[in-house]
Amino acid sequence: MSTAMLEPDHQIVEPDAEELIRCDNIGVTFEHQTILQDIDVSILRGQTIAVIGESGCGKTVFMKTIVGLVAPTTGWVSFDGRRLSDMSLVELTQTRKRFGFVFQNAALFDSMSIFENIAFPLRQNETVSDGDVRDRVMQLLSEVGLPSEVARKYPAELSGGMRKRVGLARALILRPELVVYDEPTTGLDPIMSDVINELILETRRRYPVTSIVVTHDMHTARKVADRVLMFFPRNRLAPQESQILFDGSPSDLEHAEDRRVRQFVRGEAGERLREISLESED
Amino acid sequence: MSDGSNAFGRSHAGGPLTRWVTDWGSAVVDGVTMVGDISLFAWQMFRWLFTRLPRRGTILVNFYQVGVLSLPVVALTGTFIGMVLAVNSYYQFHAIGLENRLGVVINTSLVRELGPVLAATMLAGRVGSAMAAVLGTMRVTEQIDALTTMGADPIHYLVVPRFLACILLIPALTIMADFMGIVGGYFYSVVILGIDHAAYLNHSRDGVVGFDLFSGIFKSFFFGGVIAIVSCYRGFHCEAGAEGVGKAATAAFVYSFVLILAIDLFMNIVLDAVYFKFYSDGTSLL
Repeated sequence: MSTAMLEPDHQIVEPDAEELIRCDNIGVTFEHQTILQDIDVSILRGQTIAVIGESGCGKTVFMKTIVGLVAPTTGWVSFDGRRLSDMSLVELTQTRKRFGFVFQNAALFDSMSIFENIAFPLRQNETVSDGDVRDRVMQLLSEVGLPSEVARKYPAELSGGMRKRVGLARALILRPELVVYDEPTTGLDPIMSDVINELILETRRRYPVTSIVVTHDMHTARKVADRVLMFFPRNRLAPQESQILFDGSPSDLEHAEDRRVRQFVRGEAGERLREISLESED
Repeated sequence: MSDGSNAFGRSHAGGPLTRWVTDWGSAVVDGVTMVGDISLFAWQMFRWLFTRLPRRGTILVNFYQVGVLSLPVVALTGTFIGMVLAVNSYYQFHAIGLENRLGVVINTSLVRELGPVLAATMLAGRVGSAMAAVLGTMRVTEQIDALTTMGADPIHYLVVPRFLACILLIPALTIMADFMGIVGGYFYSVVILGIDHAAYLNHSRDGVVGFDLFSGIFKSFFFGGVIAIVSCYRGFHCEAGAEGVGKAATAAFVYSFVLILAIDLFMNIVLDAVYFKFYSDGTSLL
């Protein structure tokens, strides 16, 4: 991994970049509870989007809907011009090879070594020699700043930051077009959080990827994203209000028109404290 | 439901009778939904089973965990069950002067019923609970989602090898339980209780027919299949947290055990009907 600090590059997306992901009117309902409703989002190839919002607002569900882990109750998601819902299981599996997913707690397979974890997508999806697998794994370990000795260890032997870096290496091994990060810096100390932020930037520079970063961390959102979406819990919105309260550049967050966006960005509880008291009384 | 709403999300503000009917209705709907879910789960598993098998390495690991690691405990419990049968039956048989026929009772009970049910129970307890706990932990820690995002079907990768291991190795475990039970019963009857060796063996050979052995092993395939499907299903549908994993492991054993006994009853009725239809003249399969 390069040790040089990388400056965020908010101009990386060409103005005429093609659309990679389109969400049309998607809604997701779990057990009579509406998590997402009427979400319309278009994501251009090469963009890095930060999805922010308080806990329970549907960020993770939105992200899982995009990669086809959750089927929308209404609407549809298109990837590179094709609706996921129209794809057969085989086509969906083929399409998923174009996604890389970095899970919140890395989701490494406990029973496999780090080498086997990183090599898994490659062995599962491509016919490659053992030598090539080894070269690719070692290259990725180096890119995420981990020594080669880590390859022999098991996930339980690694720290949280190391596991997240292994998760990123595993997500990148198939050279995906879309990388999705779920809370990449949650649970890490500030230094390790910044290491992960740098890796996200480094990945974007090294590979032509589109990135979606779901995060609570405003530092991460400002540092890595060229566009920010802020979600709000559906059950606390007026019926006609959009669930996406903000869609714009990170630099505009502080001056957003919506008071709730400004409060979130500044980390102010505001009237939320009173609402929580009322909810607990109910 | 404590909030006064049923499975459809409607509140039931009526009297006790309305609430009773609504609660039972919800329970029936939940039960039918679960049966449908398990059927779909099993269907997906069978579809993979007949289209593409997992890699040999993945299958062998499961064969080792299900078969090899279960062997000692199945052999040990089989031995004790054989001896317990001898202890419990001896005094009744001795009282009517038929202690030489003890082998018939012990060996028939073992090969027809206790061997297969014991092996299945041990498998449900040792392997089924572990499967539900492992898969439940994988669900809670998003490892199953990770498999999906990497282009691997979780049912193909996780369930099919476990199903194959259970269904193919439980007959071997049943034979081991039968054999060790017979050895245990013989040892206690002949060596400890002093029953005549030749009489014990002669009566055993005359009383146990090949169909008894066949029916026990035949049933065990179904027991193995049920253990794998129920345990994997419970793991895949595990609730969040450590408590969810614990509940999944417990439910896997309880449901498997109840289904093993229900299948045992049903198959005994069917196999007896088959036996009396085709072999009641004393013909033996072996």
